[in-house]
Amino acid sequence: MKVIILLIIASLTVAIGFLIAFFWSVKTGQFDDDTSPAVRILMDNEITSNEKSKINHYDN
Amino acid sequence: MSLTNTSVVTNCYHCHEKCEEDKVKFDDKDFCCVGCKLVYEVLNENNLCNYYAISDNPGINRKNSYLGNRFAFLEEEQIIEKLISFKSKNEVHIRFHIPNMHCSSCIWLLENFSRIDKGVVRSQVDFVSKEILIVFNSSATSLRNIVEQLTLIGYEPELNLNKVSNHQFAKKSNARIYKIGLAGFAFGNIMLLSFPEYLSGGVFGAEDFRQLFRYVIVVLALPVFFYSASEFFINSFRSFRQKVVNIDVPIAIGILAMFLRSLYEIVSGTGPGYFDSMTGLIFFMLIGRNFQDKTYQWLSFNRDYTSYFPIAVTRYNGIKEETVLVNDVVKGDRLKIRNHEIIPADVKLLNQSAHIDYSFVSGESTPVKVNKGELIYAGAKLLNGPIDVMVDQATSNSYLTKLWNQQSDKVNQTSYFQKMVNTISRWFVLVTVVIAISSFAYWYHQDFTRAINAFTAVLVIACACALALSAPFTFGNIIRLLGKKGIYLRNVQVIEKLADIDTVIFDKTGTLTEPESNQINYVGVELSDFHLRAIYTIVSSSTHPLSIVLSKYLKLKAFADTSIHIEEFPGQGLTAMIFGHHYKIGSEEYLTGKKQLDTLKSTRVYIGIDNEIYGYFAIQNKYREGVKELTSDLSNHNIQLGVISGDDEHERINLSTILPEGTHMRFHCKPIDKLNYINELNQHGFKTMMVGDGLNDAGALMHGHVGIAISNDINNFTPACDAIIIGSNLSKLEKLIRLAKSANRIIIISFIISLVYNFLGLWFAVQGTLSPVIAAILMPISTSSLVIYTVVASSIKARQLGFTK
Repeated sequence: MKVIILLIIASLTVAIGFLIAFFWSVKTGQFDDDTSPAVRILMDNEITSNEKSKINHYDN
Repeated sequence: MSLTNTSVVTNCYHCHEKCEEDKVKFDDKDFCCVGCKLVYEVLNENNLCNYYAISDNPGINRKNSYLGNRFAFLEEEQIIEKLISFKSKNEVHIRFHIPNMHCSSCIWLLENFSRIDKGVVRSQVDFVSKEILIVFNSSATSLRNIVEQLTLIGYEPELNLNKVSNHQFAKKSNARIYKIGLAGFAFGNIMLLSFPEYLSGGVFGAEDFRQLFRYVIVVLALPVFFYSASEFFINSFRSFRQKVVNIDVPIAIGILAMFLRSLYEIVSGTGPGYFDSMTGLIFFMLIGRNFQDKTYQWLSFNRDYTSYFPIAVTRYNGIKEETVLVNDVVKGDRLKIRNHEIIPADVKLLNQSAHIDYSFVSGESTPVKVNKGELIYAGAKLLNGPIDVMVDQATSNSYLTKLWNQQSDKVNQTSYFQKMVNTISRWFVLVTVVIAISSFAYWYHQDFTRAINAFTAVLVIACACALALSAPFTFGNIIRLLGKKGIYLRNVQVIEKLADIDTVIFDKTGTLTEPESNQINYVGVELSDFHLRAIYTIVSSSTHPLSIVLSKYLKLKAFADTSIHIEEFPGQGLTAMIFGHHYKIGSEEYLTGKKQLDTLKSTRVYIGIDNEIYGYFAIQNKYREGVKELTSDLSNHNIQLGVISGDDEHERINLSTILPEGTHMRFHCKPIDKLNYINELNQHGFKTMMVGDGLNDAGALMHGHVGIAISNDINNFTPACDAIIIGSNLSKLEKLIRLAKSANRIIIISFIISLVYNFLGLWFAVQGTLSPVIAAILMPISTSSLVIYTVVASSIKARQLGFTK
């Protein structure tokens, strides 16, 4: 049963890791704007007529 | 009369608005105006036409765009310094607020802005706060260039004195979020570690680790108590110093009792404590607070007059024109005002005459003609220009600014609900302490430990969470739902104030009426097409406001004959000979020679052809859709109605056909009269809602129990107010009041629910048998069921009243 101590330590370490990750993400502003990053990732830098038709396709 | 156009309706390729007669064709596409075509050209040149593919109709109408030297002031080093946020050798960072940003196409175009202006290194959009960060190379482009380009494509950045004087954008604090995160983390983990305690008899073999688990729990709970819950203690300490009891006091007492008792139990090894309940409670309370703080960052409810004025103006210093900050303008300066610009100070006109739109300042709907040497008040808009003016009073001393300063004495009442919660809190604390002490006294002689148990358990279980949570969640949810429908409330107190409105006062111009649109009816002998064209030819030559309205309405082809001689008699009318016919157009007096005595008529333009009066064009205000239904609904619900207007009485008859009987109407109201009228009503105990749109209503809006600003475009300037409503939503006003009333009912019901929970908990507590398991079950259930009830009930009510999509 002593293994339970190890398990507690492990689980708390993971949980604290996530807590720190949460603090970090808030601090770096990752929750400030939830719209533009979602749109940005779908936009290409160069537009070819081929891609344009693709975007049109998704739009419809 | 054949005035209807039967041509096929085409929509502008850029802004998707209906193309009028004067549409522009380019590249096989129709545009409603040259402005829109220009944007298309710019985008097309830079291979940016994807803009039109990403979302439907992204374009912003450019019909009323004019640039000229408007942004010349952005070349001044002194102003640039104030606007930019970072500058290195050749890289400059600047943040703009762009109110027009509205769809994914906007994001795409703005982030590809570097293709339009090659000097821009990078641009990044923050859609939620409607801001853009632009990094540019100062040797390749200029700030003025960037702002002009942005304005050209329809995304004019907001630049005003406020931003210049404190250019740091307010950074919102994340402390609340950290606190919630920490409390949630501790809550979950403590629940997990407490699990063996929940099972009677315990888990087999867990006894060995019980004490270890409990110490881990203490370690997890400490930061929650000292960091997450700190605001409750700080607030209640403050309230003690002010000798009042607010809602934070019972919460702080509960948390403190739980913390001390749990700590004692664990250290002494007598029990598991209530840390699971404590962290859960703090977690929910903090979420509630956060919910309440929902704000529309990008909307400004507290605007003052400075954001209405331009930042800089053109001054003529005797030798040349120069650009100066509007703050630096002093009496005696000579300024140049261009068409459609806002007059920045009280000025005297140096030109022969000018047409001025005072609708925003005074509420007069028809433009005013000002003659040489006469005073023009700050805030008015020039309709024909350019003109030269001499400053009479600087901006800070202008009539408008004085008007604004009148409202600084706004009574800062604590809200009714706040008071009620404070009263209940006081009683809550009192009753809880009395029950705790009496149960202690009851058990004291039989069993001392049990007496202590009962005493602390009462303090632990008597949970003020209904008080603290139901209002934030109900109001917060309603604010969120209304925001989606274009009704933006300043804060949660507005909802509760809405609920006790018994009088609604409307401003007329721009609030009940559509701004810049008129309803025109022709009464009289039918006019032939030839006559109509002739009339158009005559009125289109004149700059009189009524002529402009009429020519816009007729919209025909003018006779191109240059020999036509049109004569204008200022203040009376026009006359001309066209192809053998003699036309006279103007006031009744001008045509008949009789003085017009009846002022209750609408504005009329009489038509006389060959010495015979054919009839007249009646020009009336066009009322917003749903005004009639709204006002009759309101009066059916026993709400008094009133209309105050800066206009003259000619609309009285028309208004009385629309508004229900018993509506009070006041005309010729100056801004100060409106304010006094509202104050008078307040003194008689009426709870007034003032609905207005312009600066002329600013004082009344501030003094009304609730002040609602109507705006056709939320990005436009609105005076300080409690709520901003999109014009098309005006008809929902009555439903809004009903929703506010239901919200108050929902909160009262949730109070009753929580009372039941409290009795249940106290039942165990006074007997000294409140086990941590019962607390751990009862407290989260009571909190979450309240939260669910308030959110669900308010959503259902909002849906019933048509406030959902």
